[in-house]
Amino acid sequence: MAEYKPPTSEAEFAANFSPKKPLMSDTEAYYESSRCLYCYDAPCITACPTGIDIPLFIRQINSDNKDGAAKTIYESNWMGHACGNVCPTEELCEGACVYNHSDVKPIEIGRLQAHATTVVIRSKKKLFRTGKDTGKKIAVIGAGPAGISAACELRMLGHAVDIFEAKAKPSGLCVYGVAPYKLTNEEALDEVAYLQEQFGFTVQYNKPINGRMDFEKLEKGYDAIFIGIGLGSTSALGIPGEDKQGVIGALEFVEELRMNHHKTPIGKKVIVLGGGNTAMDAASESCRMGADSVVIAYRRGPEEMGAYSFEFDLAKKSGAKALFNVTPVEVMGNGSVTGVKFIRNKAAYGKIEAIPGSEFVEPCDMVLLGTGQGKQVELLEQISGVKLEHKSRILDDRGRLVVNEQYQTNNPKYFAAGDAVNGGVEVVNAAAEAKKAAHGIDQYLKR
Amino acid sequence: MADLRTNLAGIKSPNPFWLASAPPTNSGYQIMKAFDAGWGGAVWKTLGVPVVNVSSRYGAVNYRDNRMVGFNNIELITDRPLADNLREISEVKKRFPEHAVIASLMVETREEWHQIVRDVENAGADGIELNFGCPHGMCERGMGSAVGQEPKVLQTIVEWVKEVAKVPVITKLTPNISDITRPARAARAGGSDAISLINTIQSVVGVDLDTFVPMPNVDGKSTNGGYCGPAVKPIALNMLKNCAQDSQVGIPISGIGGVENWRDAAEFILLGASSVQVCTAVMHYGFGIIRDLKSGLERYMDEKGFKTLDDFRGKALPNIVHWEDLNLKYKVVAEINADKCIGCQLCYTACEDGAHQAIGLSSDPLIRIPSIIEENCVGCNLCSIVCPVEDCITMERRDDGKEYLTWGDRTRAGNIPKTFDDELAGGRHHWVPEPADALTKKKPRHYKG
Repeated sequence: MAEYKPPTSEAEFAANFSPKKPLMSDTEAYYESSRCLYCYDAPCITACPTGIDIPLFIRQINSDNKDGAAKTIYESNWMGHACGNVCPTEELCEGACVYNHSDVKPIEIGRLQAHATTVVIRSKKKLFRTGKDTGKKIAVIGAGPAGISAACELRMLGHAVDIFEAKAKPSGLCVYGVAPYKLTNEEALDEVAYLQEQFGFTVQYNKPINGRMDFEKLEKGYDAIFIGIGLGSTSALGIPGEDKQGVIGALEFVEELRMNHHKTPIGKKVIVLGGGNTAMDAASESCRMGADSVVIAYRRGPEEMGAYSFEFDLAKKSGAKALFNVTPVEVMGNGSVTGVKFIRNKAAYGKIEAIPGSEFVEPCDMVLLGTGQGKQVELLEQISGVKLEHKSRILDDRGRLVVNEQYQTNNPKYFAAGDAVNGGVEVVNAAAEAKKAAHGIDQYLKR
Repeated sequence: MADLRTNLAGIKSPNPFWLASAPPTNSGYQIMKAFDAGWGGAVWKTLGVPVVNVSSRYGAVNYRDNRMVGFNNIELITDRPLADNLREISEVKKRFPEHAVIASLMVETREEWHQIVRDVENAGADGIELNFGCPHGMCERGMGSAVGQEPKVLQTIVEWVKEVAKVPVITKLTPNISDITRPARAARAGGSDAISLINTIQSVVGVDLDTFVPMPNVDGKSTNGGYCGPAVKPIALNMLKNCAQDSQVGIPISGIGGVENWRDAAEFILLGASSVQVCTAVMHYGFGIIRDLKSGLERYMDEKGFKTLDDFRGKALPNIVHWEDLNLKYKVVAEINADKCIGCQLCYTACEDGAHQAIGLSSDPLIRIPSIIEENCVGCNLCSIVCPVEDCITMERRDDGKEYLTWGDRTRAGNIPKTFDDELAGGRHHWVPEPADALTKKKPRHYKG
């Protein structure tokens, strides 16, 4: 394999991780926007969780009203730039483009969106005015897509907002968890800075909310609290040997990659466990970091993978191979990992069944666990007023925050959106939910 | 194999594709290059007393990503000395004796006309085109369209030219006039052997929103120019039709206006043109487009069984009648081919907002294919025109074809509406929604305000 050489400098890293959706030039945006049919009640809008009026912003790009285009985007989605880059557009707006029904390439909506937002982010053009001051204060926990979106919307409604962020930078997974070829740190941070500049919310970094005392402090100081804490670190597999050196969570790997770029250690033979989008990202990234071999191992067949097919295609194109219907049973090695012992599975009545005696060892020197993020159950259970009765629980059986249609939890002062509620979907879902949650808070405060 | 040879009032060329008098025919170099590429003729950039041109000369109308769908210029006639042009005409004719070289001329006095006609004939020009069309710069000096707009003056000058001309004379007409047949008849009355049309249309192609100066910008000022390019073709075709159908014009016509491909050329010929002249398309794409023009027209003629251009010249003319002679009993309605429909619903919104509310949507938002409400459909074609898919919406005939009743017939029979609320009003028995229904109509969720 080794289509990619291990990057040894920023330039080589940038070359290996060149953007999947590069920024459109004015000319390209003009030509691409010219193709939009301006459908009536367009399916792309319906397919967008935030319901951006896509034909309108494309028309605004085409008539050289890019500020107007950006405004149309942000009115629906405060993460407009990030979403233009990281959204699975093939599954959403672009997948719904009517051109798919003819033999014409769908409009590159994501790239057009990123183009328009880049124009205003770079020009620092102020597009929005905050609402009239209501005198209410909201605490937002987490400066990820949900927290930032909620903050912007709350400021539009006239409420003061303080964000408490556990990490040193805002933007959550956009900075710490998205593959570098989808969105750069600069782009993600510039968008948040742009929004913060016009909305004037505060963000306190390295300020994790750790437990009941912290929650109580927030309850005293604020009229409502929005939880946008996302998910926790990668869940453990629960098999022997997974504490060996060289076994790390895929998400933690991506985080290091986002921060340290080419200096991130990479194995020669990498096994990625899991069939979700994070596993695919980790596999693509391992290839781009110059690993000699990258193998994705998944318990079931390819059609059952949680990942979008285009993400699997990208991993394969980057050079990854896949092993299907295998379950890891033990991580081998003496201190450091030397391989993973798998057992083969067969499907039986919708379940998988191990085939006795089919164990084999796949050698490797690095294992990336793309096996899902844990929920922040312990922390969230510290929220006061939690009752133990099933109906009024703060979390459901899968550790997700329980909310009503206004995204209000069972403690009425707390609202929540994003991964902590939906169990981990896309940035765009967090943006859509947080906007609704902000209106829920607004309604709650008016009562 | 189709024979493209052309004879317009005695001016012969190997094919009907001529370069119009314009920047592409400014020099012998360009015309030789064009003939070498396959063009059949060229009308030399207008000769006369050389002018001084301005810098910044063109403006354009772009439609979305299509450049130059309309084009305008404020360039004047040639700025090169006559002697240079005459020498080059001779050189071109020596090298290309079978090709048509027509000298476009524009001067003022009778003596000047006589002199320059003799000069270009001596140089070897196969014909003369009188530029009575230029609508900018020259007309303010009493030439160009100033002549074309005054049939009497036009006739007089044609007569002056015909006093000395031995080669065929073409009179080029301006479209900046309400009835094109008046100068066309005057040209014939003056003895012109042919006419050519249209010259450019007076225009301002756009205003720069930052400088407030229209294009082209000459040091902060602009002026009206001459409009041409694909956007003017319909105007040219109509004027061509008017002249070709007028028996008092009755002389050959060279068609000009927005010809870019062989299809455009075929349309001009079907409406009576003997040759077509091309400028903007060459200024956009160069002389190489002649390959498509020739091969396309040949293929079309072969397919239709036309051996020569005469076989189809004017073939569409009998099919253009006055509105009052159209059959009021003819009835078409739109039909949507569900297999081809891609669900853009442009037909729906066009019909709903721009026509007769004859297209409905499913109450199930997942079903994107609209349906025609046939009783409301007036057969206007709008939906089939806005549909982005070829042959998806077709207009299907619904009358039995047995009745033929025109407005003329009805007028003669006294069977037409005469009062404001006449029972015979065409729309009286056609369904129209209640005005207030507009406010309760379901809107897409993202339509604000």
